[in-house]
Amino acid sequence: MFLIPDAVVRFFHRMASPPHFYALTEKLMPWLVTIFVLLTAAGLYGGLVLAPPDYQQGDSYRIIYIHVPSAWMSLFIYMVMAAAAGIGLVWRIKLAEIVAISSAPIGASFTFIALVTGSLWGKPMWGTWWVWDARLTSELILLFLYLGVIGLYGAIDDKRVASKAIAILALVGVVNIPIIHYSVEWWNTLHQGPTVTKMDKPSIHVTMLVPLLFMALSFKMYYVIAMLQRAKVELLQRERNAQWVKNMLLEKQS
Amino acid sequence: MMKPARKQRLMLIGLMVLGASVATGFALKSFNENLTYFFSTTDVMDGKAPKDTLFRLGGMVIKGSVERPNDGMMVRFKLTDFSKEVTVEYTGILPDLFREGQGIVANGKLDSHGVFIAEEVLAKHDENYMPPEVKDSLKNQPAAPVTK
Repeated sequence: MFLIPDAVVRFFHRMASPPHFYALTEKLMPWLVTIFVLLTAAGLYGGLVLAPPDYQQGDSYRIIYIHVPSAWMSLFIYMVMAAAAGIGLVWRIKLAEIVAISSAPIGASFTFIALVTGSLWGKPMWGTWWVWDARLTSELILLFLYLGVIGLYGAIDDKRVASKAIAILALVGVVNIPIIHYSVEWWNTLHQGPTVTKMDKPSIHVTMLVPLLFMALSFKMYYVIAMLQRAKVELLQRERNAQWVKNMLLEKQS
Repeated sequence: MMKPARKQRLMLIGLMVLGASVATGFALKSFNENLTYFFSTTDVMDGKAPKDTLFRLGGMVIKGSVERPNDGMMVRFKLTDFSKEVTVEYTGILPDLFREGQGIVANGKLDSHGVFIAEEVLAKHDENYMPPEVKDSLKNQPAAPVTK
């Protein structure tokens, strides 16, 4: 790739090497956890204590601080998973395959949280737990896509073959992502239209928006932490016979 | 430069995603009506809504249109999409967010006089979030809760 500077290419080559990746994540982890804790504390305090009640929904709207970041993460993680799976498919980079499969359970969890908190919010505000409108249905399909990826990976013993299979599934499923995002604009839905993620100015008061963005960053950090931890385990399982794993274990014993 | 095998794989993946997108696009286009959760009041007045079967009608409750003609549980109000209006009658408990000037979605059917007889009313809150003081300071008067 002639457009990318050599230093960047070298960085990615080093990152794609399992021993380097493993050592680097171990070094980064305490920092990531610290940032995550600070962001979460700030976001929760801002959202639950500092932010004013809503003019229509009173204090009930505060579930937004879990629901909306979870829903954003459900889409974001899917895109990361599909991109990593695609890179793994084209360039046969083992670490990209590992990032893809390590992302799936976390994305599925965030999708599940978005659906459940949305349901809990829907009952008092709309008057129903669930409706089959375009937004809710497409988000439910996203959960099934994640579960399909996890199931397919588990069903194939050869993990390199399994990674190719889930890459195809994940890439085809990408078509659902714009559908989820634009569902509230393309069709009449019971779900509200976008408040923050639109070209226009956000339709939420700044005192309510700032904690929401903190929570969004906090959830992103959580994803990075959880994904790296899962990736480490997956890497050790795949490379259990490799020399670098043996060396590392000997080093840790002494 | 990219190796030919990789280039080929990348092209194949690109074609696959493109194909899936086009297929989904056609499917969504042909099922467009089923994907619409509710009909607008204009659809109803133009006769696009189904006759004699249940369907969902969405719109904004017109300010000052909510009345209880028989002092009972039955409530009558007008819905609008800022172009055409439909009268709705509903007997039952309204959701907390039901306000004049707010969006709702009602499930029911049209009677012979063109009045929509609702069996269920859901509140559709909009995308605006703000503290009460900010709402008060805006020019528009706050939407008053309907006394039940």
